[in-house]
Amino acid sequence: MFSKEEVIETFEMIHLSGLNIRTVTLGINLLDCIDKDFDIMKNKIHNKMTKKACNLIKEVNDIESRFGIPIVNKRVAVTPISFLLESVVADLSDKDSITRSIELAKTLNEIAFEIGVDYIGGFSAMVQKGFTKGSKILIESIPKALSNTERVCSCVNIAATKSGINVDAALKMGEIIKKTAAMTKKRNGIGCTKLSVYANVPPDTPFMPAAHHGIGESEFTINVGISGPGVIRTVVEKNPDLDFRSLAEKIKRTSFKITRVGELIGREVANRLNVNFGIVDLSLAPTPTKGESIADIIQMMGIDYCGAPGSTAALALLTDAVKKGGSMATSFVGGMSGAFIPVSEDSGMVKALQVGALSLEKLEAMTSVCSVGLDMIAIPGDTPVETISAIILDAMAIGIMNNKPMGVRLIPVPNKEAGEKIEFGGLLGYSVIMPVSKFGSGRFVKRGGQFPSPISSLTG
Amino acid sequence: MGKERLIIITLGLDRVGIVSGISSTLANHNANIIELTSSEIGGSFVMIMLVDISTLNTSTSELQRILVNKGKKLGVQVTVQHEDVFRYMHRI
Repeated sequence: MFSKEEVIETFEMIHLSGLNIRTVTLGINLLDCIDKDFDIMKNKIHNKMTKKACNLIKEVNDIESRFGIPIVNKRVAVTPISFLLESVVADLSDKDSITRSIELAKTLNEIAFEIGVDYIGGFSAMVQKGFTKGSKILIESIPKALSNTERVCSCVNIAATKSGINVDAALKMGEIIKKTAAMTKKRNGIGCTKLSVYANVPPDTPFMPAAHHGIGESEFTINVGISGPGVIRTVVEKNPDLDFRSLAEKIKRTSFKITRVGELIGREVANRLNVNFGIVDLSLAPTPTKGESIADIIQMMGIDYCGAPGSTAALALLTDAVKKGGSMATSFVGGMSGAFIPVSEDSGMVKALQVGALSLEKLEAMTSVCSVGLDMIAIPGDTPVETISAIILDAMAIGIMNNKPMGVRLIPVPNKEAGEKIEFGGLLGYSVIMPVSKFGSGRFVKRGGQFPSPISSLTG
Repeated sequence: MGKERLIIITLGLDRVGIVSGISSTLANHNANIIELTSSEIGGSFVMIMLVDISTLNTSTSELQRILVNKGKKLGVQVTVQHEDVFRYMHRI
């Protein structure tokens, strides 16, 4: 039997502090569906995905009930769709190719509804060192694909420590983000919430919109994303005067326990679906719900508002302790692993923004020590494409120089100006439009070409 | 993992009939109580039960639903957790 303290601790973590499994994501390889005949390929994709994922929801719900652990999201990640497009679009005009690409997005969307998952990730392309026809077409199709679907997520990896940054892709993605926002303007540019631009995107992350079934993955994989900002918040709250060493120790111990739950659930789901168990993504992912805020943890550490001086150090301590504690608790760590700082999904971040404590520049500094990047940031709708591209470029530079995953998910909300409040709904939350520097960077980003990989990439 | 076991936590204001109410519900569904401890924390009654459900005559989720409803009638909060959750968290 467990001690009373152990039982109560677990009870408090789950029922009072909101410990949950944020996502169980089934990765599916679609490379064997490639066919020059587009209709045959669509059928193959549909058949393979529905066959393997038809029981995903039922099994995960059953496990949720059996163990008494909430599992918030059930998702599927597939091979980057640009790979599947290559053979289809090889002999087609750009216009026809883009139509095919959009149709594939719609197919994925229909499958998502059919199997009951909230998102399918993998409408993606890897262009860190240059474009292929398939990747180019996929990127061009993103605005229409995302505005015509509900449950499809897209990620374009434009940089890697080993490759440098594809600056032409950074420029192109600035344009694609603006177009996507414009095509979903009635819903505050919500299409952009399903689109991220990445450096070093992990091939196994279960979190959207970055999730895809990367190269080197097995046929099917279960990856689990854990979460528990409320649990960490409680630990910090209960220990207001601990020095940093002792506080880090407390967070590590808690992270270990949270991660063990992810390991348990991941093993069980993989076993039931008869697939490989991939990784646990040791991430603290906030939600708009009170108490599930990363900003609140930072504030609880002794900072008035997230964004004030000290916030980067606080986030660094948090991210590092979460990783250290979690890494001992699971056989394989992967994905982003760290703390997420998405603005609109974190009520504490929005509050910090409202009082003027948080700026885009401070967020950028904080991304150098967290796991995801500039995430869910609503900016004025009239922000120039070149400025968006330059923000992306700055983030990519942090990613490749620090050899870390780094994403950018910006929403230039049409017809909205800095300071205005906007609502996305559900887990995506609400936000206030964040001001962006009025000073231009157009001449810089328009140089184009390939930004060299850092010296640190020369290893071995 | 061996036997299927649950940890059932009952929380609320102490009153007559809580232990027997939960125990009889478990007995009715052929769940065997292996260990039971109760105490008072912060003025609340806390009962922790380790229960073997290997020969349960209903599904685990149904038992959970019944126990939660029983708890409501008794004026207490009942939560049911698989033992493996505690094993994974607290034992290496």
